[in-house]
Amino acid sequence: MSARRVVITGVGVTAPGGVGTKDFWNLLSEGRTATRGITFFDPSSFRSRVAAEIDFDPEEHGLSPQEIRRMDRAAQLAVVTAREALADSGLDLTGADPHRVGVTIGSAVGATMGLDQEYRVVSDGGRLDLVDHAYAVPHLYNYLVPSSFAAEVAWAVGAEGPATVVSTGCTSGLDSVGHAAELIREGSACAVVAGATDAPISPITLACFDAIKATTPRNDDPEHASRPFDGTRNGFVLGEGSAVFVLEELQGALKRGAHIYAEIAGYASRCNAFHMTGLRPDGVEMAEAITVALAEARLNPEAIDYVNAHGSGTKQNDRHETAAFKKSLGEHAYRTPVSSIKSMVGHSLGAIGSIEIAASVLAMEHNVVPPTANLHTPDPECDLDYVPLTAREHRTDAVLTVGSGFGGFQSAMVLARPERSAA
Amino acid sequence: MSTAATRTVVTGIGIAAPNGLGTSDYWAATRSGKSGIGRITRFDPTGYPAKLAGQVPGFNAGDHLPSRLLAQTDHMTRLALVATDWALADAGVTPAELPAYDMGVVTASSSGGFEFGQGELQKLWSQGSQYVSAYQSFAWFYAVNSGQISIRNGMKGPSGVLVSDQAGGLDALAHARRQIRKGTQLIVSGSIDASVCPWGWVAQLASGRLSEGEEPDRAYLPFDAAAAGHVPGEGGAILILESAEAAARRGARVYGEIAGYGATFDPAPGTGRPPGLRKAIELALADAGVDAGDVDVVFADGAAVPELDRIEADALNEVFGPHGVMVTTPKTMTGRLYSGAAPLDVATALLAIRDGVVPPTTNVRPDATYDLDLITDEPRPTDLRTALILARGHAGFNAATVVTAA
Repeated sequence: MSARRVVITGVGVTAPGGVGTKDFWNLLSEGRTATRGITFFDPSSFRSRVAAEIDFDPEEHGLSPQEIRRMDRAAQLAVVTAREALADSGLDLTGADPHRVGVTIGSAVGATMGLDQEYRVVSDGGRLDLVDHAYAVPHLYNYLVPSSFAAEVAWAVGAEGPATVVSTGCTSGLDSVGHAAELIREGSACAVVAGATDAPISPITLACFDAIKATTPRNDDPEHASRPFDGTRNGFVLGEGSAVFVLEELQGALKRGAHIYAEIAGYASRCNAFHMTGLRPDGVEMAEAITVALAEARLNPEAIDYVNAHGSGTKQNDRHETAAFKKSLGEHAYRTPVSSIKSMVGHSLGAIGSIEIAASVLAMEHNVVPPTANLHTPDPECDLDYVPLTAREHRTDAVLTVGSGFGGFQSAMVLARPERSAA
Repeated sequence: MSTAATRTVVTGIGIAAPNGLGTSDYWAATRSGKSGIGRITRFDPTGYPAKLAGQVPGFNAGDHLPSRLLAQTDHMTRLALVATDWALADAGVTPAELPAYDMGVVTASSSGGFEFGQGELQKLWSQGSQYVSAYQSFAWFYAVNSGQISIRNGMKGPSGVLVSDQAGGLDALAHARRQIRKGTQLIVSGSIDASVCPWGWVAQLASGRLSEGEEPDRAYLPFDAAAAGHVPGEGGAILILESAEAAARRGARVYGEIAGYGATFDPAPGTGRPPGLRKAIELALADAGVDAGDVDVVFADGAAVPELDRIEADALNEVFGPHGVMVTTPKTMTGRLYSGAAPLDVATALLAIRDGVVPPTTNVRPDATYDLDLITDEPRPTDLRTALILARGHAGFNAATVVTAA
């Protein structure tokens, strides 16, 4: 193993409830929710009509008319968020070798909104099998291939090193940052602008989650519809958003006097090799990912001060995950606070893993653990400390954050203060 | 560098290509210059300005996969599952006999299961949301092939999916190598891609890079003065990557080593900075610990867009000198397969090394101003040890991989 260590020196977040890291943390620390009845289109024909939408005006956030035209909403979110992260880091790339700066952007479903809207037009409302190219927008290729997201971010920050989109379903946001950390550790880059974005609140997404009853039908109470670990939960609430970080090699960051949020101390991804959408209740593969990530971080389970859960609010997830924590952390699983911010910002598919990394480093920054909102009714099978309803002041030096997704992917990341005693 | 780290070797190849289904059909066709490009048959292309594609012939998914899987998979996933079966068989690997966490899957994708997606979008907009398939949630997304391959073969190790348009195929192989260096014994990697459906076609047309030629032999002509865009295709290759130690331990036949890799992204338009392909090549050579003079043959990206061909020729001439190395683009027989293209080129390079023959860039009369030693018309028999494979993705992704003889 190489001795290079990777730290987060810049954070940007665009999430339901506000644009920018400050609004995001205020929402989480106050335990407010940003879920609501869908406003982007008329959802009345759908089973689940709740989502966590962002009030986002790309022009207000500095994108030009042509940038807006050529980018799907997910790309717009990523570019605005990447700019916040870069500004926050104080990293000046003008003097750097741009080939040493990489970009990794996670996304589960790419330009879903753009594709859905454009399909409707070129097919004339689904009437044409042979869809009509004369009605296509000129930048439709950018929607076809979501690597355009990484391209837009690379252009926005001036990166010319390795650039890619990481697309492992709902663990994309964790895997993208894990991938970026590996690029720095192996020496392929000295800094990476890494994060994730997704903007899936579109009829096709609602339809496919309706079809498998994965999203909640709690339409009459949208503010309280996302209820991870609560005994009455009945599916997740779709969200959107982006979080982007500046990752640097530790020595370089120290040398320039950068503010260091956290070290990416350990990361691992495993597959359950079981089912594209189903989870076995024992959570062994997620437990394996956690164990490997802890080993890479050279931390014992007892060093984990907070667990940022996947906590999607489906019964199978909440039980799977609870079992995984018990298996990997042992007795400590009962002592450490565990919470799901999806209760407040919904589940933004490939983006949420990065948004949860942001929540984790902000928890370390403030020594405050965000709560699981809407958790009123205990589920006897979920018997850990899920920090119900209100945020908690809690010394937080090391965080475990996990994700689980379609395709069977299970990922875990350990974030820690670089000056921790181990190593 | 690769001597210090764990060496990563290729022990199995599974191919689904427009000019041959299965490695032996593909390689026999490619060696003899036989093309798989023709008029699109999967839908009626009459109304579209581009009418040719490379389509995989003779694939009946039901011969290879259970009906349960057929209902939930796009064409490209079926091809990928079958190519994986073939690659594992070729490597002599029975996944059930290996520890589940010691096997992972790292694939590339460019557009997911787009044909499946078109069908479900049509149901949504013409019939209503309740008609959308329960499988849509995972049949079209970019992670589908890694997920389905891991499930079918019981592989629980580190896995991933990378999307960098056509460059992604090399990025995936590099990421697979990274996982092997970190200690995983075997990774299934590569990519099969396809979006030869009307909706995919319309989206590809928007790139402005599709050839509107109607003669299969004159439509995709990289490095030719008549170059006017590319013919898209479907397919690719799945490779079995293992640590050299693991392969040796089980006495596996080794095609060659994934010895070096480099990736860059082009500068933003208007900055006046040079494109990044040359840098990617230099990084790959350095990573492999070889000099330009050690490279016997280059499998070029071959965009067949004059300005992109010029950039590629310039990069090659800067690194190797004018006419300094044999160059070929056998993609002229398959079309460009998006993320499937580069893994297929890597497989082709390994077969070329094995058999001592460079497959030709068919149909092309090279423009002399490119100063390339482009192998055209006939395969060239010659001893090969080291090959460089290049791949570029739309908007500026550059990737380069060095493979060496076993």
